[in-house]
Amino acid sequence: MSVLTDDGPRIYLDPTSERTAIARSLADRPASLDGKVVGLLDIRKPRGNVFLDRLETLLNEQGLRTARFQKPTFAKVAPVDLRHEISTKCDVIVEALAD
Amino acid sequence: MGTPLPEGIVAVVKADCPTCRLVAPVLGELRAAGLAVTVFTQDDPAFPAGLDPVDDTGLDVSVALDLDTVPTLVKVEGGSEVERLAGWFRPQWEKFTGVAPLGEGLPEHRPGCGSLTQDPEVIERLAARSTGLRSRRLELARLEDEAEAFFERGWTDGLPVVPPTPARVQRMLEGTTRAPDEVVATVGPDFAECTVEKAAVNAVLAGCRPEYLPVVLAALEAACTDEFNMHGLLCTTWFAGPVVIVNGPVATEIGMNSGVNALGQGNRANATIGRALQLIVRNIGGGRPGEIDRATLGGPGKYTFCFAEDEAGSPWEPLSVERGFPEGTSTVTLFAGSGPHGFGDQKSREPESLARSMAWALDGVFHPKLALTADAVLVVSPEHARVFREAGWSKARLRERLLELLTKPVSELAAGALGCAEGMTFGPGGATGVGPVGPASGSGDTGIPKFTPDGLLIVHAGGGAGLFSAVIGGWVRGAIGSIPVTMEVKQ
Repeated sequence: MSVLTDDGPRIYLDPTSERTAIARSLADRPASLDGKVVGLLDIRKPRGNVFLDRLETLLNEQGLRTARFQKPTFAKVAPVDLRHEISTKCDVIVEALAD
Repeated sequence: MGTPLPEGIVAVVKADCPTCRLVAPVLGELRAAGLAVTVFTQDDPAFPAGLDPVDDTGLDVSVALDLDTVPTLVKVEGGSEVERLAGWFRPQWEKFTGVAPLGEGLPEHRPGCGSLTQDPEVIERLAARSTGLRSRRLELARLEDEAEAFFERGWTDGLPVVPPTPARVQRMLEGTTRAPDEVVATVGPDFAECTVEKAAVNAVLAGCRPEYLPVVLAALEAACTDEFNMHGLLCTTWFAGPVVIVNGPVATEIGMNSGVNALGQGNRANATIGRALQLIVRNIGGGRPGEIDRATLGGPGKYTFCFAEDEAGSPWEPLSVERGFPEGTSTVTLFAGSGPHGFGDQKSREPESLARSMAWALDGVFHPKLALTADAVLVVSPEHARVFREAGWSKARLRERLLELLTKPVSELAAGALGCAEGMTFGPGGATGVGPVGPASGSGDTGIPKFTPDGLLIVHAGGGAGLFSAVIGGWVRGAIGSIPVTMEVKQ
C-alpha cells in the first residue's frame, strides 16, 4: 500500500481508556422477522452454502427477503468493508459457521 | 525488517527520479551479465519496465535500508548488506558490480535524487506508522461516515469531532517535548491513567493545534489534583464545570482571545483547549452526562470554558502573579465555575460606587443567604477597570472593599431569616452552608463575609466598549468541594 496515497486502511486511534471493547455491542434481537431482510453469511466452510441455500428457501417461503454474503476465507475475520455492507443491507444475519 | 534482503544486488529506484530513469537500462545490462539484481521501486510499481520491479510503495524496504538517495545499489551476502552505492558514476558502478563497460552512451556521472523516505510529508506518515503510538486502533469501512462512527461510539460531546488519525496524533505530539507514554493524570470517575498520547488523541478530536497541547496537558494535570477535585465536580448536580483561565506569554503565542467576546465563541484556542479537557474527562475518565455526570441543568460552559486574561491592558497584576508565579510564567488556573453572569453599571465613575454594583452581582452566587459556600471569579472589563485605574485602586483594595460590602450579619444569613427557609445554620459545631464552612458560631449581628480573600478571584478581560463585567459563580468551595489550582504550562 503506497504511503503516497490515502487509499490505505482508514485507521483511527481510540481516545478512550480502552476499558471496554472497541466493537459496538450486538443489536437487540427483533421480536419478529416480519418485514425484515435476513442476511445469510457464508464463511466459506465446505457445505455452508448447502445449509444457507435450504435456509433461504424456507425464509423466502415465509415471504421474507434474504441477502447473501460471503467471507473471502473462513480463516480470517470478515473484512471491515463487508461488515459495513452487511450492516447496511439487512436487519438480521445468519452465519453458517462450520461444516 | 520482516523479510530478509534477496541475495546479490538490491537496487532501489523511483520513477520520479531522472537518474533512476537514466540507469534503468544499466540494471538490465547487469541482469544480462548474469548478476542477481532485484529492483525495488518506491513510487510506480511498473517502473522500470521489463525488470520485474518489486513494489516498495509502502517503503518497508527503503525504511529498513535507511536510504537517503535513489538510485542506491546494495550488495547483499548471506542476508546482510556488505556494500552500497548511491547515484550514478560509471567507474564506481563498474567496480561495484565487476561488469564493464556499463551504460555506454550515458553521461559519466549524475547525482541521485532524494529517497521518498526523505519527503517531509512521507516522513510524517511513516512516523505515524512506525512510532510507538500505543492507542488501540479502530478501522472504519471505506463507505462508513467518520463523523457518524465517532458519534455512535460515544466519543463526542454532542458536536462533531476531528477524526484522530495516527498522522494527526503524531503531529499533535510534536507540540510537546513530553514522551507520549508519560502519564499526565489519573482521571476520574473511572480513575484511568491519561498519557500524553491519549491527551493528544482527544486534543485532535477537540480541534486543537499542536501548540495548544502544553496548555491542555497543564489544564488536565491541574483539573485532576485532589484540590481541584474534577471527579466531584463532574458528578455534582450543580451547573459547574472546569473553567480554564490562561496567563502568561503562551496565551499570546497561541493566539488566545482575552479581548472582544473573550468568554464567547469564535477563537480556536479558547474553544478547543476547554473542549479537549472535557473530552478527556468524558473519554478517559468515563464522565458522561446521565451516567456519573448528574447535573440538574448543566450549562453551555460544559462544552468548553477557557479564556485568557488581558494582562497588557490590565491595571493590576495578573492572576498568575497573585497566585505566586513569577511575571512572564505561562500558567493555567482551573476554577470550578458555572456560566458567566453578566451585570451592567453604566453610571458609576467612582470606585466605591462601582464596587457596590459588583458586590450586588456577587451576592447572588449560589444563594444570597449562603456565605463561605462557593468561590467566584470576577471578570472585570476594560471600561470598568478604568474606573479603578484612574482612582488608583489596587486589586487588593477592590477585593477588600468587596468583602466588606459582602459581609452580612448572622441574623440575615440564618435559615428562615428574611422569610426564606434557605440559609445557614450556626451552632456549637460551627457554621454550615451547603456543608460545614468554619468555626463561626456567632449570632445576631456577627458578620460573616460571602467569600474568603483567596476565594474571590479577580481577572481582567473583555472588549474595549461596554460598562459590563461578569461573575463566574463557583461550586462548593474548599476541601469539601473544589479549590482553584494554578499550574505552570510546560512545553
